[in-house]
Amino acid sequence: MDKLLNDFSPGLFVVSTILLLALIALMVKFAWKPILNSLNEREEGIQDALDAAEKAKLEMQNLQADNQKLLNDARAEREAMLKEAREMKNTMIDDAKAEAQTQANKMIAQAQAAIESEKKAAMAELKSHVAGLSIDIAEKVVRQELTNKDKQLALVDSLLGEATLN
Amino acid sequence: MLFTSAFVMADTTINDGKSDGGQVDTKKEVEDYILHHIQDSHDFSLFSYTSDEGERKHVGFPLPVILWSSNGLATFMSSEFHHNDDGSVIVEKNGSKFVKIHSKIYELDAGATTVAYDADHHATNAHKVLDFSITKSVVGVLLIGLFMLFAFSRLAKQYKTKQVPTGFGRVLEPLVLYVRDEIARPNIGEKHYRKFTGYLLTVFFFIWLLNLAGLTPLGFNVTGQLAVTACLAIFTLVIYTVSGNKDYWMHILWMPGVPVLIRPVLAIIELAGALVIKPFSLLVRLFANISAGHIVVMSLIAIMFTLKESLGVVGATGLSLVLSFFITLIEVLVAFLQAYIFTMLSALFIGMAVAEHEHH
Repeated sequence: MDKLLNDFSPGLFVVSTILLLALIALMVKFAWKPILNSLNEREEGIQDALDAAEKAKLEMQNLQADNQKLLNDARAEREAMLKEAREMKNTMIDDAKAEAQTQANKMIAQAQAAIESEKKAAMAELKSHVAGLSIDIAEKVVRQELTNKDKQLALVDSLLGEATLN
Repeated sequence: MLFTSAFVMADTTINDGKSDGGQVDTKKEVEDYILHHIQDSHDFSLFSYTSDEGERKHVGFPLPVILWSSNGLATFMSSEFHHNDDGSVIVEKNGSKFVKIHSKIYELDAGATTVAYDADHHATNAHKVLDFSITKSVVGVLLIGLFMLFAFSRLAKQYKTKQVPTGFGRVLEPLVLYVRDEIARPNIGEKHYRKFTGYLLTVFFFIWLLNLAGLTPLGFNVTGQLAVTACLAIFTLVIYTVSGNKDYWMHILWMPGVPVLIRPVLAIIELAGALVIKPFSLLVRLFANISAGHIVVMSLIAIMFTLKESLGVVGATGLSLVLSFFITLIEVLVAFLQAYIFTMLSALFIGMAVAEHEHH
């Protein structure tokens, strides 16, 4: 211990304190400050670049998601349009069919009505014709009756033969 | 090595004494040499050899000696001591007589002409002076400081033009990031770490590079000087004492959650811990580890001489080479480890002082 204290040189202590203070001050001013600032700047730059890349990636993902959504929407829309068109086609066909049916029914009904009325007219004519004929026959029969009984009968027979219903 | 080759002034002085810690053969000389080495030195010696004429020659360069003596400031070059370390060479400046004994400079009391020793080999008629000399340690601090300034300000400049540094900067950047992300940030906390990172970075590289410089043949032992480690530890002490927040002082002086009577006792313990034990542990740990490392490496190298008789020249040299090689490898690790531990503990202490506790 005594020897250690004897070895301790106060002069060297003072000189090294001054030199070290100067060295620390100079190193901080000319070396450490610029070095550490540059290192920080560089690290911040790298961090910023990484953040930007991450952000770009996220944006890309968003964009892709948007695209996918757009694509899906378009597909859905197409599907919907196709479906609509198909439905429209079906309804048009159905409508046309129904229309045709009703038209046909109407024509048939008209035809039937025409036939009915023709038939009625024909029947009426036939009736009136038969009535006329019957009256004629009856008149002739009555006239013959009035002359000859035999002749009257013959007449009725001949008339009946003539009046074969066409 | 790079630094020194730039301004080596080969200074060869002739000295026939063995007191200079030059020639080393016996166990006692090895011991003295090692103890001499781990002390600070007033000149920068690279190596010494004995010339063909039998003269002892030293290669290195002298360093300025700056003293504050009883007669005021005295400055001269360390070469005036002629590598003498036992007080026999007397340098006269400003009316004061100076001698160097075991790497310390003493001023002779007025009237004395030679140094007188007592039984414990302590000088009796000389006293210590305040020694602000540019010693070998100061040279080490200056060299490493300049190197750090040069290397890191260049790295700082690189960032102005490019995002990623090239060349040597590429080696330094991960180290800076390591200190910031592994030492400062986790220990001090996200909110406050920025303020202290500059200090921690400086201290980390300062200690690490000086530890490594101590492993080179230049033989610096800066982080093994108590004055230097004490200076570093006191810096940390000042920083965490000044930046301590209310919670920190509250926990030291009037610990919440314990009986009132115990609080003053705890305050004494906590104060001693914060102001004495923490810095003391920092300074002693670094000093002891680095000094011990130097002593071990040099002792293993000295096996070459001390076991020469029992193992033969080849055996002793081989053993010494292998052992000192591996210990030096471990010392490289210790150099980093001690810098890491010092910085880590400094960060931890600062973190404790600025931590925001949730209230109980």
